Amino acid sequence: MNLDAIVAAAELAITEANDLAALDEIRVQYLGKKGLFTEQMKTLGKLPPEEKPKAGQAINQAKQQVQALLNDKRDAFQQAELDKKLAEESVDITLPGRELNAGGLHPVSKTIQRVESFFADLGFQTRVGPEVEDDWHNFDALNIPDNHPARADHDTFYFNPKLVLRTQTSGVQIRTMEAEQPPLRIISPGRVYRNDYDQTHTPMFHQIEGLLVDKDVTFAQLKGILFDFLQFFFEEELEVRFRPSFFPFTEPSAEVDVKTKDGKWLEILGCGMVHPNVLKGVNIDPEQYTGFAFGIGVERLTMLRYGVNDLRSFFENDVRFLKQFN
Amino acid sequence: MKFSESWLREWINPNVSQQELVEQITMAGLEVDAVEPVAGEFSGVLVGHVVECGPHPDAEKLQVTKIDVGQDELLDIVCGAKNCRLGLKVAVATIGAVLPGNFKIKKAKLRGVPSFGMLCSEAELGLAEEAPGIIELPADAPIGQDIRQYLKLDDVSIEVDLTPNRADCLSIQGLAREVGVLNNHDLTPVAISPVVASIDAPVSIELAAEQACAKYAGRVIKGVDVAKASPLWLVEKLRRSGIRSIDPIVDVTNLVMLELGQPMHAFDLNKVEGGIVVRLANDGEKLTLLDGQEVSLKADTLVIADETKTLALAGIFGGQDSGVTESTQDILLESAFFAPDFMMGKARQYGLHTDSSHRFERGVDPSIQRQAIERATQLILDICGGEAAQVSTAEVASALPQAKSVTLRAAKLKSKLGIEIAADTVTEMLTRLGLTVETTEAGWNAVIPGYRFDISIEEDLIEEVARIYGYNNIPMQRPVAQLNMSAKPEAVKSLDFAKSCLVTLGYQEAITYSFVDPKKQDALHNNAEALVLPHPISADMSAMRLSCLAGLLGAVIYNANRQQSRLQLFESGLIFTPDKDAENGIRQTRVLAGAITGLRHGEHWTLEKRPVDFFDIKGDVEALLQQLDNKAEYEFKIESHSALHPGQSAAIYKNSQYLGFIGAVHPEVAKKIGLKPKTFVFELLTDVLLTSQVPAAQAISKFPSNRRDLAFVVDKSVQVGKVLNEIKKVGGNQLVELNLFDVYQGEGIAADKISYAIALTLQAVEKTLEEKEISAIVDKVVEHLNTQFGATLRD
Repeated sequence: MNLDAIVAAAELAITEANDLAALDEIRVQYLGKKGLFTEQMKTLGKLPPEEKPKAGQAINQAKQQVQALLNDKRDAFQQAELDKKLAEESVDITLPGRELNAGGLHPVSKTIQRVESFFADLGFQTRVGPEVEDDWHNFDALNIPDNHPARADHDTFYFNPKLVLRTQTSGVQIRTMEAEQPPLRIISPGRVYRNDYDQTHTPMFHQIEGLLVDKDVTFAQLKGILFDFLQFFFEEELEVRFRPSFFPFTEPSAEVDVKTKDGKWLEILGCGMVHPNVLKGVNIDPEQYTGFAFGIGVERLTMLRYGVNDLRSFFENDVRFLKQFN
Repeated sequence: MKFSESWLREWINPNVSQQELVEQITMAGLEVDAVEPVAGEFSGVLVGHVVECGPHPDAEKLQVTKIDVGQDELLDIVCGAKNCRLGLKVAVATIGAVLPGNFKIKKAKLRGVPSFGMLCSEAELGLAEEAPGIIELPADAPIGQDIRQYLKLDDVSIEVDLTPNRADCLSIQGLAREVGVLNNHDLTPVAISPVVASIDAPVSIELAAEQACAKYAGRVIKGVDVAKASPLWLVEKLRRSGIRSIDPIVDVTNLVMLELGQPMHAFDLNKVEGGIVVRLANDGEKLTLLDGQEVSLKADTLVIADETKTLALAGIFGGQDSGVTESTQDILLESAFFAPDFMMGKARQYGLHTDSSHRFERGVDPSIQRQAIERATQLILDICGGEAAQVSTAEVASALPQAKSVTLRAAKLKSKLGIEIAADTVTEMLTRLGLTVETTEAGWNAVIPGYRFDISIEEDLIEEVARIYGYNNIPMQRPVAQLNMSAKPEAVKSLDFAKSCLVTLGYQEAITYSFVDPKKQDALHNNAEALVLPHPISADMSAMRLSCLAGLLGAVIYNANRQQSRLQLFESGLIFTPDKDAENGIRQTRVLAGAITGLRHGEHWTLEKRPVDFFDIKGDVEALLQQLDNKAEYEFKIESHSALHPGQSAAIYKNSQYLGFIGAVHPEVAKKIGLKPKTFVFELLTDVLLTSQVPAAQAISKFPSNRRDLAFVVDKSVQVGKVLNEIKKVGGNQLVELNLFDVYQGEGIAADKISYAIALTLQAVEKTLEEKEISAIVDKVVEHLNTQFGATLRD
């Protein structure tokens, strides 16, 4: 049999092979130890030495040709098998995944975290304080003596004349200044309480107190820091105004209003330069140090930021409401 | 303080629009709360004169009138008001008039009689909520004049929400002064001249509590006709300030209070025996107030008395017995100064708050008593007639507020505000505010007028300058500070991190009130003592919470009632435990609490549909603990909790320190608080939870590990946690992992026994463990468990 005929026969057999087993038989038949090409090689001995290399080369070429045909066919089989396996394993990727429910933070917490983070960047450390507070920290130390009309304005929840639910987070200012010396930069979020319950008031709500005490602190700086905060918090250029107001623990004092989309001014925080009586009360020399403080209404800020209309919804904890903020 | 724009403009009329005026006042720190028109929107209403008035032929309650409105013909108008009568000046809505609510007046027939217009009441013109009859205009009202023009109704009531420091603006005079400063404009105060006495009736006045009252002026006016009506201008001024007209005497005293800021009072002279004594009350003495309420007085309260009895609560409320009545003929007017320090909080003691107490608590100008009494006298004489006696005054000058002098340093002004304001500007501002200003090398010395109780230190002046200069004109700067780094202990994890772990585990954060229903709390905490609010919003919000359970379970109920049955909630906050050793007798502990209920997974095509159980919440808590501190030893111990199921609850300990509790809500407790769905809860002490350890790395073994699975059979009463702990103890440091992977009861095991399949992974750091070493450890474990728990290996 000449080489061409062998190759042709092999090719035919390979084409007709139906599976890997058949292919293997063909391999043994042609390329095996006792295969056709081995027999061909044996005939080389009978040839004259000068013809041997050429004939050997021809056999090898034919052998490689068959080997290549076998390889191709084998690859094709493997590919088909893989394709079949993959097809069998495929799933409907639009079926819902095995859920791991995502929970979420309360919108009030989200606001607190965002506010903290803006001020943390400026070195304001977070401090917390008690909510059942003595009248010293809630009032006297904040320059609100007994019977001062400002006390009546607070709608305070009293346990007894000396013990209250804190009406403001400002008491944390006092606790911090009692314990630490300037320079001070703190922020103090938390629950506060007022005895008032209607459409726009809940008896518990949240404030964030800020305090900076250092040398050469000015009212202009207070304006700057709060203006920046409001722009960054709302991520839009809001019209902001500083309106003179009165808090016994700051002087000068201001309320800060932002203009809402319907053109109305909405009060969102109170602030001012720390009153010298407050500094003196905690043994800080007001001639050496000045400071500013501010108190932010968290619910107001949250309502404005996310378009919440009813303050009371924050404390009903309807999960359908809460999940909107996840 | 509510006032009308027109009244203010009588005192000061700068060239600014109403809107600008309101803006100016607000931006000066007198926040305008409301600006409301003083009348409804209407047109075509004229002053008319009733020239004929007779009964309607077919209707008993109607009258047929002819009205002169200054036109060629008289108008035939049918009117139903009882007070409609001949000769009256009335407000006539003519044909074509439009009344508030876009009510158009057309020709009409009333029971067959044609009517060409309508006689209006105050209610119909939006001047009052309701009215008994039609408006009765003064006899001199010009016939045919437009009512809006005649009553000056194109006016607004402005309400300012004054901060407690600005008592000086509780009057038109004070507001005008402020507007004057803002506009650099002079005032035209009302002209007040002393009324010359026409009779001699001095009042003896004894100031028996001079620290509380150091100045008292009294004046007798005899023969007043109290039945006279207050003139329309007076009634309107009061109405536009939100005060109802009572009688001319009360109306005049109210007007003077609004105009000058001096609260006044009038006694019926004939009820006063002898002179006036201003003294402290006798403890427990009774006084019936003008509104009929009887109060029992405290000894710290100032009263006005005569020689035999108490007449009034000084500066707060008059007494009924000495008050002016319809039969009063002679009156005694009072105009006094009561010290704010003394008055503060006094009215509140009696549950009272009056226009008078509001002003005295905040401070009334101690120099205007005489002026006020002269103004009131003149008005009373004008309206009610009578003869005025001389003004009698008693004064202890040394006990009156002394003129204060306050220094303002230019350097301080600049350093506090961060801006330099021209010296002349500052001087001008302070002077306009009524301060007597002297410039010095360092700045200014200012003598403060008596009406500014709020100015006593340098910062007060800085605030005044900043306010008048305009906060919006102060530039924005940024604070400059040292970059001080601060400690951040790595071992203390943040609460925010713990919360975000729970969020990842599927929990939704709730915020519930810190005060809860004491009944529910009692059910949950077995009547444990709690801090209670004596004056809560409502009884079910009166007890300070002892745990987050009442709040969280309340939220579960709220949501369950709204078809939200699958819930995972958490809350972080303080709980309040009475504790004598804690600050203020109350321990305030921060906790992190959670509650779950409903199906573990939402209905899903491949997930198991089953309700949550103890091991779901335990798994959640374990995941949280692992994230926060996986190096600590946690132990779940049986420890009873009144709110929890005794067989499905535990106390959790972290390195032997109490961390919190976990478990199913006790079914009986659930029933008591109205909780229907089966709910599981946990509550952890935040401080303990967040404390962890800084990692200390160890080399990882390079040698292979070996796993040995053992199935033990023990009595059901044995807690498997104890078994695992023992294995750890015995296994030593070559036991690198221990995993309980199967629990079995049933066939092949005695009924009172249970089988646990546990995998031990053994590994040494320095070598590959040999079979005999592994067997030695396993044998030791088996033997130990046998001795400790009677555990046997399962066949």
